[in-house]
Amino acid sequence: MVLLPAFGYLPVLGGNTFHLEAWQTLWAHAGLQRSVLLSYFSGLITALEALFIVVLFLAASQGTLLDRAIRRMVSPLLAIPHAAVAFGLAFLIAPSGLLVRWASPGLTGWERPPDLLIVNDPLGLALMAGLILKEVPFLLLMSLAALPQLRPEQRVTVARSLGYAPGIAWMKCVFPALYPLIRLPVYAVIAYATSVVDMALILGPTLPPTLSVSVLTWFNDPDLNRRFMASAGAVLQFGVTLAALLTWWLGEQGVKRLCQRWLANGSRASGATAIAFGGRALLLAITLLAISALAGLVLFSVAGFWRFPDALPGTFTLDHWLRILPSVAKPLINTLSVGLAATLIAAVLVVATLEHAARYQLPAWRAQWLLYLPLIVPQVAFLFGLVVAAESVAIRPQQALVVAGHLLFVVPYLYLSLSEAYRRLDPRWAQVALSLGVPSWRAFWQVRLPLLLAPLLTACAVSLAVSIGQYLPTLLLGGGRISTITTEAVAMASGGNRRLVAVLALLQTLLPFIGFSLALMIPRLVWAKRRQMRGAA
Amino acid sequence: MKPRTTLTTAVATAMLSLALPAMAAPDPTDWDAVLQAAEGQTVYWNAWSGDSRTNRYIAWVSEQMQSTYGVNVAHVKLDDTGSAVARVLGEKQAGNMDDGRIDLIWINGENFAAMREQDLLFGPFAESLPNFALTHPDENPEVVTDFTLPTEGYESPWGKAQITFYYDSAQTETPPQSIADLLEWAKDNPGQFSYPRIPDFTGSTFLKQALIELSNQDDALYAPVVEAEFAEITAPLWDYLDELHPHLWRSGRSFPESGPNLRALMSDGELSLAFSFYPTDAAVAVMEYELPESVRSYVLEDGTLGNVHFVAIPFNSPHKAGAMALANFLLSPEAQAQKQSLSMWGDRTVLAVSRLDENDKALFEQGESHPSALPADALSNTLAEPHPSWMTALQDAWLQRYGVN
Amino acid sequence: MTPNRQALRIKQMTITLAGETLLTMHRDIAPGEVLTVMGPSGSGKSTLLAYLAGFLSPAFQAQGALYLGDKRLDALPAEQRGIGLLFQDPMLFPHLSVAGNLRFGLPHHANNKRQQVAKALEQVGLAGFENRDPATLSGGQQARVALMRLLLSQPRAVLLDEPFSKLDTTLRQEMRALVFGQLREAGLPTLLVTHDEADANAAGGPIIALG
Repeated sequence: MVLLPAFGYLPVLGGNTFHLEAWQTLWAHAGLQRSVLLSYFSGLITALEALFIVVLFLAASQGTLLDRAIRRMVSPLLAIPHAAVAFGLAFLIAPSGLLVRWASPGLTGWERPPDLLIVNDPLGLALMAGLILKEVPFLLLMSLAALPQLRPEQRVTVARSLGYAPGIAWMKCVFPALYPLIRLPVYAVIAYATSVVDMALILGPTLPPTLSVSVLTWFNDPDLNRRFMASAGAVLQFGVTLAALLTWWLGEQGVKRLCQRWLANGSRASGATAIAFGGRALLLAITLLAISALAGLVLFSVAGFWRFPDALPGTFTLDHWLRILPSVAKPLINTLSVGLAATLIAAVLVVATLEHAARYQLPAWRAQWLLYLPLIVPQVAFLFGLVVAAESVAIRPQQALVVAGHLLFVVPYLYLSLSEAYRRLDPRWAQVALSLGVPSWRAFWQVRLPLLLAPLLTACAVSLAVSIGQYLPTLLLGGGRISTITTEAVAMASGGNRRLVAVLALLQTLLPFIGFSLALMIPRLVWAKRRQMRGAA
Repeated sequence: MKPRTTLTTAVATAMLSLALPAMAAPDPTDWDAVLQAAEGQTVYWNAWSGDSRTNRYIAWVSEQMQSTYGVNVAHVKLDDTGSAVARVLGEKQAGNMDDGRIDLIWINGENFAAMREQDLLFGPFAESLPNFALTHPDENPEVVTDFTLPTEGYESPWGKAQITFYYDSAQTETPPQSIADLLEWAKDNPGQFSYPRIPDFTGSTFLKQALIELSNQDDALYAPVVEAEFAEITAPLWDYLDELHPHLWRSGRSFPESGPNLRALMSDGELSLAFSFYPTDAAVAVMEYELPESVRSYVLEDGTLGNVHFVAIPFNSPHKAGAMALANFLLSPEAQAQKQSLSMWGDRTVLAVSRLDENDKALFEQGESHPSALPADALSNTLAEPHPSWMTALQDAWLQRYGVN
Repeated sequence: MTPNRQALRIKQMTITLAGETLLTMHRDIAPGEVLTVMGPSGSGKSTLLAYLAGFLSPAFQAQGALYLGDKRLDALPAEQRGIGLLFQDPMLFPHLSVAGNLRFGLPHHANNKRQQVAKALEQVGLAGFENRDPATLSGGQQARVALMRLLLSQPRAVLLDEPFSKLDTTLRQEMRALVFGQLREAGLPTLLVTHDEADANAAGGPIIALG
């Protein structure tokens, strides 16, 4: 569906033969090489930085109050949709943005905003910052889920008894064991970062933009003959993602070899303070940045006219909320019905698969990579093909199709979030149940599932958040008729009224936030009288 | 256009013909039959929804259509008209000939030209709409011409737009009155003006505006582009832009995403001069707390580009009767007057108001005016749009020259 | 409780992993008898337990047959074998109360469950503990509840995986007496895996060394 037009075959536009013209046009397009490099590097650098920050924090974290507070703050950040983070960050760091307003004219003496290219900078730094803000909580959550089975406290204790500083001990003893477990999430981050569209539109470079943005523009170009070039671009995008993944994999091999010596060379304290300080500082900075971005959105949603360089709006008004709320009832219902349906179906599928694997003691499913395919192929490309395919078999856009489309993206995340928890559940629980003569379905419902309630709810919250944030699948597979909070927000964003956009972005954030809060609270309520269960939650 | 697989089309058609009663396209000239067929239909109107006031107006229209004609109108919100075009194209490719998802599209310019070229529209129908006569097309040729292309009844006029400049009078007191003036003004006020990034519609219009003035309204602009002469005719434009860009916002290294973004930048205090397609944009923005009250609107001395925007019906819409009823209602004096009212939307009417009867004329007497709005007499200074091929040619050339930093 | 007096028969059992033989056994365990299996770690004790209970990983290949009386067990899934397990950790379900744990072991259709539970708790000196959160019980108390849960499920044979190793010395003696006493009274063939000689002596049955 995508490959064919890339090579010239699209009968409805008169393309009846295969040829490479589309590729020639693509290659000749001004700035293509820059776009490709931008996508490639921003993807890799984002993943590297995010991993670095997460690892540093975990190494430095000592279980103190501050550390636990930071951990608790990070999970809800996962709930904020990418576009909302992008909006908030854009407003925060812009030359006329929140940070400058708070600092002016007191610290900077600026009466007019400086003419600095910060947001939409040509190197993509703003884009990478936004991506890192979103991916750090994700990687942190995945790491935290995978850590317990490694018994990190024991390893670190042993190393410390041998004279290693705690941070170094963690890096040398725990990280090498942790990395293979979070490898798949890291790949997911790379794939997302190289092909992201909505964040790139808001924060990314513009002349030229990243490849994914260009491809989207070409697909929507009124000149319908651009469609060929767009398809070629989509194939190229896929290639860029694969190249980035391959580079990372090569990097892994290289690092493995280089670090063998470092791991065993006995250096015990060099870099320890840097780790201890940097780890906490970086994550704290990330959290504060994200919270400030949100604060900016909140301020804007109730702002009257806000002159630069005032620190706060001149007047406050509830007008914007009142204007949006009536029109938002139907989209909210749609968002929830699609999200809950997709999450439920995905949960059933994933739990069934994991339970089956657990019962028959199967090794980690080798076909897992199939699951992650939708995360790696650029959405723009294969969704358009999906639409045409569905039309060809007379499946009209409708809610069911949208749910199916969301499932494609929700299932991998649910699987990613739940599989470690499932696997690390002590098999003896089920063995005890079965040895008591209980049939396996009861062992599942009454033993395994309750013990996994907290991880299951968290995984569901993650997948609900993923579904809520989907834009292209809802738009294309619903034929534009299923409006969700996200489609409303994006449509409103094209109108540039930042206040209304802020209202919608906040609504967009509220829903997954409620999901995560429920995921945290429900186990606490259900197991109010069961101390050990709450400890696990 | 052969469908990709005859078998699939046959199956699809067979399934469709079993599932739906035959939806023959109603004959637009038999208006009563159209209204009858329309009753009870649901019309999916795909319209850009970046402006909440537009959305509010469309919601009002839906209410009226339901109560007066029993037609249910659903506003499908778009962030880009191109995606609607893409959908119809995809449907045609898949052989979906009479059960399209889209019944009416808010459209003009390039998108219209593209859909006509690929045979994606139903028509002609516009001239058969009873209210169409109120636009008096012989005296107002712009309602049947879309960027120099005759509409031939394939789209029905809806509203009028005109490039209007606005500025913050607290920051600058003498805004430029012509394109040439603009260059001088930008040199005196660096970083305070910009235009939307090509290929945005509004940004491309700025290019055309500049070219019209700099080339002294060369006749070639109103005919299809001749490649051999393109470089010569556009030379003054590129010279001008080369001189202008370093004095623009961000020194021309980055451009705002769209017309509405210009407004947001002025709200942030970054720009003190901007422009928009809607004469009432500035006033509306002040009413909505986006711009300070010191903002004023004006039109360039020698006139600015204006155009009409339309609604069109895709060839495979299953609710053509409803769509036509809607298009007709949009042309009615009540609907047009509501649309023009500042408290609703503010988009200008396409009707020849002076030729309406007394009652209808009264609807347009608004008595509301806003200090930031364009004075009503300023709108007589409208320049016609060049041929659509110029838009594409200028966009490509701009991207070639300035598309990479 | 009607005692099930049948012997556990292990016939020509051989367990191999990738062609290499790990374990062989050919033995009967009489009702009420405790067979103690001792050996260093890695000698296959857990594999033996897994085989008998029905949890052997598919990576292993097992030959031979397992009988309880006349009933062939090795083709049956774990929940149908009627072989109970006691682990090192009491493994009381943390999401159920003490009574809930005990009821879990009772057959679904049993009558007067509440009385049975109360009687079981009384038997081990924990009367009135029905609604307690298992996490609030001491190690010894948990071990006793685990034992009663096992017995309430009316197993026909029992496997003990170092069940006393986590208890302190005084408790250990008490538990040994309790466990072996109950199992002998119920006439259940038992297999004990341990590396504590005192356990083996208290069991009072034949001892096998692995590895």
